[in-house]
Amino acid sequence: MAQTGRPLSPHLQVYKWQVQMVTSILHRATGIINAVGSLIIVWGLASVAAGPEAFATFTGVAGSPFGTVVLVGWTLNFFYHLCNGIRHLVQDTGAGYAVPSFVRSSWLGIVAAFVLTALVWAYILTGAHA
Amino acid sequence: MSKDLRNPLARARGLGSAKEGVSHWMLQRVTALGLVFLTLWFIGTVLSILHADYATARATLAKPWNAVMLIALILTMYRHLTLGLQVVIEDYVHTRWLEVASLVIIKFIAVLAALTGVLAVLRVALGS
Repeated sequence: MAQTGRPLSPHLQVYKWQVQMVTSILHRATGIINAVGSLIIVWGLASVAAGPEAFATFTGVAGSPFGTVVLVGWTLNFFYHLCNGIRHLVQDTGAGYAVPSFVRSSWLGIVAAFVLTALVWAYILTGAHA
Repeated sequence: MSKDLRNPLARARGLGSAKEGVSHWMLQRVTALGLVFLTLWFIGTVLSILHADYATARATLAKPWNAVMLIALILTMYRHLTLGLQVVIEDYVHTRWLEVASLVIIKFIAVLAALTGVLAVLRVALGS
């Protein structure tokens, strides 16, 4: 905290939790996690460039139980940031700021993230691609 | 005229006190829009070569169009990410030296990661 001695505005513990603030907080949190996740993409690309052994190490870790759990979590994390981000882009045009539609689009983003995650992992885990 | 209290020259320049206007805000959104398409393309591509062997993965990466899209993804992703992390750090890190140090370290890591990714794609695409 800056040492100004000035009073601080009321913070999280004072407010009643509402979906609007949760989506805002989650957007930042998921953004930070996506930033870390970007390193996995770079690792994967670098492993292809490095050769078959490095690639086998990468796919081995990615396909392990731990790797799978991380990837499922990252998928949900990514889709949430994507859906809520699109919502923000729409709102940047000035649309959807009335409280009811704001609340509705907040929930829509959350639900869409879970649905998209479920679709992707159903595709992967049921072997529909094979 | 409206109630705008800025002088006309400042308004025409539109750059505000930070001298960069809304460029940070705008770039965050333009990269976001780009990433909507690039990331969905990326997920689709990854899903299309799921469980592929090394040769297939390499061949897919080496296709010129895929290489272009991947490099676009890497650059856009790291530009978007540094802008976003910058705002988070500026908002929540209140110790000045820690704030400045974090901002610089984030940019160093992002540049190194982006260059590593681009080099990997180029090595495969150009076949060395």
